[in-house]
Amino acid sequence: MTFQLPNFIPAIPEMFLFVMTMLVLLVELFHSPRFKNLGYYLAQLTLLGALILTIKFYAFQSVVTFHGSYILDHAACLLKIFIFASSFFVLIYTKDYIKENHLPQTEYYVLTLLIVLGMSVLVSAYSMITVYLGLELLSLPLYAMIAFKRDSGLCAEAAMKYFIMGAVASGILLYGISMLYGATQSLVISAVAEKIASASLANNLLITFGLVFVFAGVMFKLGAVPFHMWVPDVYQGSPNAVTLFIASATKLAAFGLTVRLLIDTFHVLHPIWQHVAMVIAILSMGIGNFVAIIQTNFKRMLAYSSIAHMGYLLLGLIAGTEAGYGAAMFYMVIYVIMSLGAFGLLVILSRSGYEVENISDLKGLHTRNPWLAFLMLLVMFSMAGIPPSAGFFAKISVLEALVSAHLVWLAALALIFAIIGVYYYIRVVKTMYFDTAEDESKIVIYGVGKQVAISVNCLSVLALGILPTGLFNLCILAFK
Amino acid sequence: MMSLTGYLIVGALLFGISLAGIIINRKNLILLLMCVELMLLAVNTNFIAFSHYLNDLQGEIFVFFILTVAAAEAAIGLAILMVLFRKRRTINVEELNTLKG
Repeated sequence: MTFQLPNFIPAIPEMFLFVMTMLVLLVELFHSPRFKNLGYYLAQLTLLGALILTIKFYAFQSVVTFHGSYILDHAACLLKIFIFASSFFVLIYTKDYIKENHLPQTEYYVLTLLIVLGMSVLVSAYSMITVYLGLELLSLPLYAMIAFKRDSGLCAEAAMKYFIMGAVASGILLYGISMLYGATQSLVISAVAEKIASASLANNLLITFGLVFVFAGVMFKLGAVPFHMWVPDVYQGSPNAVTLFIASATKLAAFGLTVRLLIDTFHVLHPIWQHVAMVIAILSMGIGNFVAIIQTNFKRMLAYSSIAHMGYLLLGLIAGTEAGYGAAMFYMVIYVIMSLGAFGLLVILSRSGYEVENISDLKGLHTRNPWLAFLMLLVMFSMAGIPPSAGFFAKISVLEALVSAHLVWLAALALIFAIIGVYYYIRVVKTMYFDTAEDESKIVIYGVGKQVAISVNCLSVLALGILPTGLFNLCILAFK
Repeated sequence: MMSLTGYLIVGALLFGISLAGIIINRKNLILLLMCVELMLLAVNTNFIAFSHYLNDLQGEIFVFFILTVAAAEAAIGLAILMVLFRKRRTINVEELNTLKG
């Protein structure tokens, strides 16, 4: 038996990320106190480098390597680009926050890079082992990161809840995978999918079991009802900087997991899981939108709104066509940009020792800092799906896919839930523009980089609403 | 020689016990962590049974990865538990109720 060297090129961004992460960890030990922000700049450099490498080795044709356990295709490249870019923005927003709250800086950057590495392995995983390892490399540092404000009992509680829930979800997912392994005698996704396609489902209990458990695990990671219990608690309990990260980049990874397990593996069984997904989507949109109305905590409200958004995303998967999957991916990317904006603004508005987290904290923001209030308004309108924002186009594309799959009733139901949802987004805008604050003093934001980044972030919501075609076509192409 | 079904039933029982333990137990967080570990062991039982029955090594390799990750997971879980205990002076599951709504 000869040993063949595998093709390393598809994994170059991940290797670069890994080496640089170790470097950041080492540099902290030796560097002199004169270069205080070295960790930050190295981390940003790493993310930029990985981004450039991904674009340079963009796979127009899918490449499978490492004996079938690793794939670089259109969807993976696109998701990776957005993961790196959103993490880049996250670090820009959180740099001062970490310093002001006296959180351990280097640890924060190292954990972030490890999570990014996990996400990027996950989106190009093509064997069950790689999926599992990517998922755990993403989750374990994330648990640590939530608990990392050690003087806060709230953070520890959120971390504990997320840890237990996440571990149970991994367990359920693994149980499903073990069933699939038994049924198909393979762990490589393409082989599993082939075996599933050729097996007759009626007499194959193992595949059915596998589908149920894997589906539950994936829904858990997406945070859709009835597996949503962790989302509000984790969003509210984590420090703002970490919530920002959970609500943006990790959602892309969860979508990557969905692509690999539900679309790549179980596309043949789409008519079967479609019905379960319908129930989950309706429940998510309903519960997410209704419960968000009664929230007074802004982070918790956005958590319920994220549950509702996952419901809309599922609509694209329910349609089950290439256009539907593409629309779902487009929805996810737009959602990530919006929630990056919303939580980014929260992080920027938080000052040392003071977390902006209640809706009432935003009172009179219009007079205190008109520009940030305007940016928040853009994001809220986009989340509500008001034209000409990107959120509107994302909703339209998902609904269009549904209608062309002859599921008009579901599209109509989704529309009703969307209209209900507008209420609580507009309430935030009302609080900012028409309520008066007790403290009328101006809010001054220091740091040009942060302000430019948040402006670009929030204005791109508008820009992508006016010119969505390029990104939308890229997303559709990912599933051709 | 036990049949494959026997092993699968053992796996399913372990999985069921661990899930029930997570849902029913309201007193002790350490028990929750133990249930999580038990769940992964149930999965391992399944993998090894299938691997032996199908005469295929991949399942056993997967088990090694699961064991390694489970160890890391337990370490992080206990670390979070320490932080929580230091702050709250309790590991009672019912008292973890500050976050709700």
